[in-house]
Amino acid sequence: MNYTFHWHQAFQALPSMLGGALVTIEIAVLSMVIGTVCGVALALARNAKSRAARSVATVWIEAARNTPALFQIYMIYFGLGSLGIFVDSFPALLIGIAFNNAGYLAETFRGGLRAIPPTQVRAARSLGMSAPQAFRLIVLPQLFRTVFHPMTNQMVWAILMTSLGVVVGLNSDLTGITQELNVRTFRTFEFFVMAAAIYYLITKFVTLSARLLASRLFRY
Amino acid sequence: MIEIQDVHKSFGALEVLRGVSMTVTKGEVVSVIGGSGSGKSTLLMCINGLESIQGGRIAVDGVDVHASGTNLNRLRQRIGIVFQQWNAFPHLTVRENVMLAPRKVLGKSVEEADQIASTKLRHVGLGDKLDVYPSKLSGGQQQRMAIARALAMSPDYMLFDEVTSALDPQLVGEVLDTMRILSAEGMTMIVVTHEIAFAREVSHRVAFFKSGRVHEIGPPEQVIGNPREPETVEFLKSVL
Amino acid sequence: MIETDFARTDLWFMLRGAGMTLALTFWAVLGGTVMGFVFGVVRAVAPAWINMALGAVLDVFRSIPLLIQFILANSFKSIIGIDMSAFTVACVVLALYTSAYCAEIVRAGVLAVPTTTRRAARSLGLTWWQDLRLIVYPIALRVSLPSWVGLTLGVMKDTSLVLWIGLVELLRASQVVVTRIQEPLLVLMLCGLIYFLMSYPISRFGAYLETRWRDDD
Repeated sequence: MNYTFHWHQAFQALPSMLGGALVTIEIAVLSMVIGTVCGVALALARNAKSRAARSVATVWIEAARNTPALFQIYMIYFGLGSLGIFVDSFPALLIGIAFNNAGYLAETFRGGLRAIPPTQVRAARSLGMSAPQAFRLIVLPQLFRTVFHPMTNQMVWAILMTSLGVVVGLNSDLTGITQELNVRTFRTFEFFVMAAAIYYLITKFVTLSARLLASRLFRY
Repeated sequence: MIEIQDVHKSFGALEVLRGVSMTVTKGEVVSVIGGSGSGKSTLLMCINGLESIQGGRIAVDGVDVHASGTNLNRLRQRIGIVFQQWNAFPHLTVRENVMLAPRKVLGKSVEEADQIASTKLRHVGLGDKLDVYPSKLSGGQQQRMAIARALAMSPDYMLFDEVTSALDPQLVGEVLDTMRILSAEGMTMIVVTHEIAFAREVSHRVAFFKSGRVHEIGPPEQVIGNPREPETVEFLKSVL
Repeated sequence: MIETDFARTDLWFMLRGAGMTLALTFWAVLGGTVMGFVFGVVRAVAPAWINMALGAVLDVFRSIPLLIQFILANSFKSIIGIDMSAFTVACVVLALYTSAYCAEIVRAGVLAVPTTTRRAARSLGLTWWQDLRLIVYPIALRVSLPSWVGLTLGVMKDTSLVLWIGLVELLRASQVVVTRIQEPLLVLMLCGLIYFLMSYPISRFGAYLETRWRDDD
């Protein structure tokens, strides 16, 4: 083996990589927020009266779950170009991951809603609560507990998926910055090990915080 | 007064209530007995509008339950109902379970609602379980909490749908005791039950349901002690 | 008819890419399931410290982006001077990645078998090994199957990342065609359709097995 490891270079690059990590987290968080809102809408649309709403929701969910995330990002980055809409790599990545999140979360929410016995709503309505009240006070809190763990997993997934940005030319997130450093110095192994370590720490932080939050919130 | 006039109800092609007529006056306790599938539970759910009817009329204090202009949420504040499955809200403590409707539906302040909740819970014997989550209670305790929850709304009428059927035998007694106290206090109650002895002891009248109709109705000494109809005799023989 | 430069050769190119996708998926799932099975059973029955150590190692594969795993494997292979095709590297990385998830699925499946059931089996005189083979295995299999099918489909989609280490699978092939004829929407829709056609039968088969097993119970 005639390769000398130059770890000090990797450590010197740490500040800029951490800057990239911040962008990574930003994209992941935004994509989860958008994905959750859309996911809720999709879950409701699946049971809607309007045929159009049901079809749109089904197509979205099936497309998101049966095609690669990278494909979805490509569709937005390259595909929309056909229609004259030119999307930059950052928004393409964000929308792509959000689209994907929405599809998976919609199924999670549907399952969660199905898990709440209708007798809960019946009891709430019998006490005089209106349908929106029953939903807000009785269904939603129980739903939140059921979907908390899957949503945490989806968040971790989103963080790891941001690395795909580099394939469409993003150079501001953690992988993008690492790749830039790589191209300049060819210290592929050292830089990417460092990046891997940072990803590991971020995901561990997310899962441990979620576990802590869950033990505080769900004491029943 | 609750007036039930010639009520018909079907689930699709299956007719469950075939012309039920009954009147329950203030302060009365009416027990409803009968075999499974005779329509007893369905009748209760029609009274508070959880189920629709296809014929006839149900009026609570003169208000037609199934008229299009009726505010069901408002009506349900006056009718309390307790189901076979207590349906405790698992994410709230016992106290919060009982406080919820007074706060959110009646608009009471937190202090007022808390006061009401503690009083009702002590009334049913759960005074020491206020800040516990329902999952830590026995079935009988959860059922009593459900009764307190319904009582917290200060209803004029209480409907009980086989509330002891899902309980272990040793827990049935505590729930029946609570219901005895309520009837002694003059609460107007319709009790669907399999507990014939309880029905006999506590009711002013007993109604025997068969095939979606009131087959026989009268004082307990008559309906249970000395039934007139052969079907009533047959039913009682099968359960006693 | 639609005006297009899309030729039969382009379709063939894309289908060859799809073939690469399926090949990678096959080896990854095969290797990953075998290893995952071993890891999962070990984690379910081994003493706490082995369980935790193995768990921590496997966890790494699930906490780092797959793309970076490919990059590191490729670069590591050059550093220690092994001569391995990109295809082999991809299969190894994907298999390890799959095994980490599969181990979790297997472990959950084994733990889902009620201890009361196993106790009943042992009380009838079955050995520890027989209990595992005749009681735990069938039950765990039924519990794990839906997740395993989901994992297989996930791996199929993850193969799209091997383009980074120079392999031409379906997505890369599609990108090449797009570069040639500049009709991204058409080509990508076709690409998506092919992915869908590859994944749909697998998920349907999984659903079929589920219903068949449920009817058996």
